[in-house]
Parts: sequence; structure tokens; C-alpha cells
Amino acid sequence: MKLVAERLTVHHAGVRVPAVTEVSVALHPGEVVAVVGPNGSGKSTLLRALLGLLPLSEGTVHLDGRPIASWSRRELADVVGALPQREDQSFPLTVAETVLLGRWSRLGPVAPVGSADRAAVTASLRRCDVADLAERRIDTLSGGEWQRVRVARALVASPRLLLLDEPTAALDVGHEMELFELLRRLVAEGLGVLVITHQLNLAARFADRLVLLDRGRTVAEGPPLEVLREDVVSAVFGWPVAVTTWCDGAPQVIPLRRAEAAESGRTVPPPPEDPRS
Amino acid sequence: MVVEVCGRASSAPSASHVSPSFDPRSETGIFVTHGTTSRPRLALPILGLAALVVALGALFVGPVLLSPSAVLAALRSGVGEDALIIRSLRLPRVLLAFGVGGALAACGATLQALVRNPLAEPWLLGLSGGAALGAVIGVVAGLPSGWSVSGSATLGALLAVALVYRVAAVAGRRLDPRVLLLAGVVVSSFAGAVTTALLAVSDPFTFRAATVWLFGGFAGASWESVGRFAVIATPMLAVLWWLARGLDLLSLGEETAAMLGADVDRTRRIVIVTTSILTAATVAVAGTIGFVGLVVPHALRGMVGPLHRRLLPAVFLAGGAFTVVADAVARTVVSPAELPVGVITALVGVPLFAILLRRSLG
Repeated sequence: MKLVAERLTVHHAGVRVPAVTEVSVALHPGEVVAVVGPNGSGKSTLLRALLGLLPLSEGTVHLDGRPIASWSRRELADVVGALPQREDQSFPLTVAETVLLGRWSRLGPVAPVGSADRAAVTASLRRCDVADLAERRIDTLSGGEWQRVRVARALVASPRLLLLDEPTAALDVGHEMELFELLRRLVAEGLGVLVITHQLNLAARFADRLVLLDRGRTVAEGPPLEVLREDVVSAVFGWPVAVTTWCDGAPQVIPLRRAEAAESGRTVPPPPEDPRS
Repeated sequence: MVVEVCGRASSAPSASHVSPSFDPRSETGIFVTHGTTSRPRLALPILGLAALVVALGALFVGPVLLSPSAVLAALRSGVGEDALIIRSLRLPRVLLAFGVGGALAACGATLQALVRNPLAEPWLLGLSGGAALGAVIGVVAGLPSGWSVSGSATLGALLAVALVYRVAAVAGRRLDPRVLLLAGVVVSSFAGAVTTALLAVSDPFTFRAATVWLFGGFAGASWESVGRFAVIATPMLAVLWWLARGLDLLSLGEETAAMLGADVDRTRRIVIVTTSILTAATVAVAGTIGFVGLVVPHALRGMVGPLHRRLLPAVFLAGGAFTVVADAVARTVVSPAELPVGVITALVGVPLFAILLRRSLG
């Protein structure tokens, strides 16, 4: 079960400049792919397009060799778990109820909730270390707990692939690390994970491959060492950086202060021009 | 640059997991009961029983005081004046009030999931006003009353909700429930103005009858109207029940719902059409009754939880009972005259609406 996008171009309604331009990306089971890039570089748009939630201007998305549009939403949700970046809590469900909603792809409109579903909820909660929160109301959770509950919901239908849009946004270091460690464990169990993140250094340590987007285009793609190069990262993010190496060999990006940049002879690249403005 | 941890670290990224017991910020274990919720399993049977008691109790209420034995005798055999009062006046009236109230409450809960806001309600969103206008146009155009008026009321409700969406939904922007409500009120007012204009130029008899009907009430209840309402409402309520899990997903937000496998556009279309037909069915037999759909789901969500498989049956029962009580109050407080039942529901609903509105702004 793999997800392959080829030369995707996506326009938002009424906007002439595409949000994503000729981006190709593939996700296989057993790997973590991290999509990185500045704000507005098209990361979330790419994720939505991969899920068949946006009309494609050009290019194709295939899941398991079938065009994404030929999958019904329920079929798709059964094999691809996904997490949007933002989610409001409209009504005060409990954690267990929230996670059970992730079984929709299995249950459909009328099937009664069975013991298999309850077992899946418990297993998924345990997998994400939130089993003890099962009866809590979601509006009483901390940010970290809520994010892990949402991941548990994305996992509860036993998907083969997982697509996450900034799952660690607003999480502190401890919860952030916990979440990335969880992703790594899931991948060891055979899942394929695509994660959008602003944490370049964690992406470098946890992901097998990075996709660096800038203004809707792929600037670099490949193993972290090939993508996180000083010149590329500085130019894309419009800020001077140094890249060092952590002991496991992963590149680590250190944003420089202006004085440090000047001292070490690194130029501050001009802010990239936005063709949309 | 020396990083001491490197000496002991293995070359592969560690897959060991930090146990949550090391998490000093975790609130669980300290406040185990804080925020936990158990959904009482017996809530639905108890509600059902309470609804039955209320409905039976309402049979005793009316301008003619009947003894319990007389009521029970009338229910058993249809002979005599008491039996006539119970069987052809009070029983259909209670049944109609129950059905209409239940349907309005179910519509309210459904629309609230659709716009993800506890302020949504068929009357506030303009469905009732549109249905009333449709019905009045039907009557003025000389349609034989009954089924055809129910039909024109449905058309009116659908047109109104389409118009409300047109006004509120700006392309590319997230639908703001408060703007939607404002659009609902505006469309309602417009429909109300046209309705009044149409009635003003109609004959005095129609004007009088229609005005009484518009305020909402069950004085005109008959077995015919109960039957007509049941035939439309039963399948629509079944559709809502079938939609229940889809509504749960919708209330998580469009994007989350789609990612979890819901067909958002289809669900939304079915919701709008179903609630329009259902609201129109209530308007055709009982006029416009507001706020039942606001008060009842709000009260019940805390009791049975927000999941619609339990919430929808619960609000139907509670909405039915609430409306039966409102109707009993309406026909007794100023006896022998009668207040429109919509007055009672508004007296309860408007203060609650104000509270909810303040909460949603805060």
C-alpha cells in the first residue's frame, strides 16, 4: 500500500498562482517522510491534495495503484489515517467517544458498536499513552493530551498510512518528543507516516526522507543530510543558519543571530520574493 | 563543539519511549474525577417514561375538568361526551404537540451539528419563516389545504435555507455560525414581511385564521393533521437517525470529518433537505414554534452526551414532552382564552438564547 503523487499542481479557488506546483512525493509503509518549509509554502495544501480533498489542476495521486478520486471517502479513511492541523471542539465528547468516531470507516451509518470496536479504541488509546484519559471530557485535556488523543483517533481504524499536519504544533518539548517517538514506533510496526512539521531538527532525526517546499515547489527532497544544507535552508527560510551534525549523524539546523552571521561571514539572504504578492 | 551525550548514544535514533509516568505536567491521577463524564445508561428509558407520564397527564388538562376515571374510561371505550373530548380533541392534540415538539428538537440538534454551534435552530435559521410563507402562498393561491399546503411549506423552507446559505457563505471563507444566524433572522424577517403583506390583502376570515395559526399552536389538531404529520415526519426522523454518526463527524469540523471518511457535502445536503421537510411539516400543522430546537438539545447534551445516536432519540422524547407541557400551559393560564404555544416556548427560549450567545462570544 503506497501513496504516490506525481507532478501535482493545485490552485485554490479564485487564486491565479498555484498553491502547489509540480510536486511529486511518495509514501511507503515503514518510513517517515517529513514535509518541511516556511509558512504558506503549500504543505497543508499538499496534504489535502494527497487525500483527494482538493481538485488537482495537474498531476496525479495514486493510492495502491488506484487514482485517489476513485476511492470513496470511507474506503480511503480505512487505509489512510489523517489529522488536520486545526480542529475546534464544538461539543464536549469524552476521549473514548472521540476516538470511537475514528471507527466510522469500519462502522458506517448503522452498524452497532461491537466489542472489536471497543477493543480497537482501548488499544489505540494505549498505543498513544492516553488510556487513563478514556472517560475524560476533551475540553478538559491539556494540549499534549489532546494531540495524542487525536492521533489515537487517526489510528483506531488500523490504517496503513498516516498523514499528519503539524501534530506537534503548540506542544512543549516533552510532548513533542513523545509524539515523534510514537511515530517512529508506529513505523517500526509497519505504518508509513507523512508528517508536516516546522521542527527541522526533529524531522532530521526522526524522518527517513524530507521534502522541503518553498512557495509551492519542491526545493529539495531526500535523506535529511541531502536536504538540510546551509545554503538551501538559509535561502528558503530567509534567515542565516548553521548546520551541524548530531551524534547519530543527523544534521541539525542552528538559526544564527545577525551578529553571528556577520562574524562567520555568512550572508543574510534577501527575503524570498513572493510571486503571489 | 563538544556534545557530551554523543559518547553514549547509539548511532541509530533511539526508539525507546518516555513513559507518561515521568510526565510531571500530567493532570491525570491527581484529579481523577475532574472532567470525567459517565453517560447514564438509563437516561433514555427514564426520558421515555417521563414523556409518557407527561403526555398522559396532559389529557387531564383543559377547559372541561375530567376525573382520572373518566379519562381512563374514555380511552377504553369511545361512548359519551367525555370520550368525545378525550378521543377527538385532547388525544390528537397531545399526540400532535408531542410529535411536532420532538421533530423540532431533533431538527435543532441536527442543525447545531451542521453549523457546529448550539445556537442553531429551525426558527432562528429561517426554515420556519420560509415554511410559513410557503404555506401562506399556498393558501392564498387557493391550494386545497392539507397535503398541497404541506408541499408548498416545504418548498418555502428549502428556498429560505438556500437563501440563508447564499447570504452567509462567502466564497473561500469559513462559515461563521453567527453570520449564518444573522442571515437566518434577516431571511425570516423578510419572509415574515411578505407573509403579512399577503395576509393583509386577503379576506378577513383567512387573515384571522392564518394569524392564529402563524403564532403556533395545536388548537386545530385533528386525527387528519396527526396522520398527515406522521406520514411526513416518520421517514424524515428515520433519515436523521440514519445520519446520526455522520452528524457526529460533521460536528468535528468539515476537514476532520472528511479525513475520517465522511462524505461532507452529501451529508450536509441530506441534513438541509431533511430538516427543511421536517420543519415544514411542523409548520403546516402547527404554525411557527420557535426555540424548542434550542432549549431541548442544550438541556439534553449534558445528560446523554453529544453523540447523536443517543442525543436524537433523547431530544425527540424531551422535545415532545416540553411542547406538550408548553401547550398545556398555553391553554390554561388565560383560560378560557388560549395563548399561542410559540409564546410559551419563546418565553423560555429567549433568555437561554441570550445566555448561550454571551457564552459563544466569550
